[in-house]
Amino acid sequence: MTDAATRVVTDDSFATDVLASDKPVIVDFWAPWCGPCKMVAPILEDIATEHVASVVVAKMNVDENPKTPAHYGITSIPTLNVYSGGELVKTIIGAKPKAALLADLAPYLG
Amino acid sequence: MSATDPTVVHDVVIVGSGPAGYTAAVYCARAQLAPVLLEGAVTAGGALMNTTEVENFPGFAEGIMGPELMESMRAQAARFGTTIVTDDAVEMTLQGAIKQIRDGAGNEYLARSVILAMGSGYRELGLENEKRLSGHGVSWCATCDGFFFRDADIAVVGGGDSALEEATFLTRFARSVTVIHRRDSLRASKIMQERALNDPKITFAWNSAVEDLLGDDKLTGVVLRDTETNAARELDVTGLFIAIGHDPRSELIKGQVDLDDSEYVLVDAPSTNTNIPGVFACGDLVDHTYRQAITAAGTGCAAALDAERFLASSH
Repeated sequence: MTDAATRVVTDDSFATDVLASDKPVIVDFWAPWCGPCKMVAPILEDIATEHVASVVVAKMNVDENPKTPAHYGITSIPTLNVYSGGELVKTIIGAKPKAALLADLAPYLG
Repeated sequence: MSATDPTVVHDVVIVGSGPAGYTAAVYCARAQLAPVLLEGAVTAGGALMNTTEVENFPGFAEGIMGPELMESMRAQAARFGTTIVTDDAVEMTLQGAIKQIRDGAGNEYLARSVILAMGSGYRELGLENEKRLSGHGVSWCATCDGFFFRDADIAVVGGGDSALEEATFLTRFARSVTVIHRRDSLRASKIMQERALNDPKITFAWNSAVEDLLGDDKLTGVVLRDTETNAARELDVTGLFIAIGHDPRSELIKGQVDLDDSEYVLVDAPSTNTNIPGVFACGDLVDHTYRQAITAAGTGCAAALDAERFLASSH
């Protein structure tokens, strides 16, 4: 998916791409074997496209990147974490419809 | 013709997916009713999306993955011309000749008939700490979250097929899995029981009810109450997977469609007719007895045929 509006982040790039970002970053912790993650993926692509000016939407595959999910105590996916100024400011656990996600994320969407 | 054109009156709108909704769509589409299917915003595909191997769906001798089976049913519905909308119904007005349905994006659909296939949702234990610890050790999806419990001591609550399937699946990751069950015997099918009872990683806490969940920001254990002796004990686990059954997703139609005491939709069996002419119901929304993918598909087919007959007789 080269035309994806979301950005892939890894354990190695997390500090640079997420913590040091000048915009808030929504990180989708997901895995290929997680059904609800698949349902949320297109919604996040939409949000990334529609709010490109105010936030970055990033995806981290927990299967390939064990360190960051462990550091943030993630034991359930999908988990959406919002990072702003290097700090974790919001956690949303579980798949939700677009309207519910937009309401939860409203403070960061500008 | 656009599915969301508010001036179009569709022959049939199907609300919900899973084996029931997708099968209803296949039959309606082949009957050239041009069905619109609201498959759900995040629940599309239904309960089987969170399962692994389905071994009892006829025709798949070697088994098939639940999500793959649903993807295939969806493709079959699409192939014959179903308009699939990946959203939820948020409002339904079902009385009268023209039924109105509104989706999560605010689109209105008008229809001469409606097939209800919203299925069921996970039942919660109803404990005070359950919400707070959800996603912090408490889970409803073993296939999603089992991965995070490598070499951990965890537990599954429930005594049915789902509970034992989850327990067996979780042994891939966990050091030990305790199955907590209120009774001293299981509801699960014999083959699932045998598999779990013979698994060296699985132990059973019989006659045990979960009374409390322990832990501040993550689960550290559960309090079990013996249902016979009333004695309480603690079980140290960092993961708890809840598989104690399901409740029908009938909130949206309560007050319009007749429900039974457990809020399942009442139908005039063996038909799928509800109390409202032109409104049919199928799958786990109706069935608290069999609850299988194949029975849901069967009633989805019946609902489509009932809708087709209803439309033919009212045109």
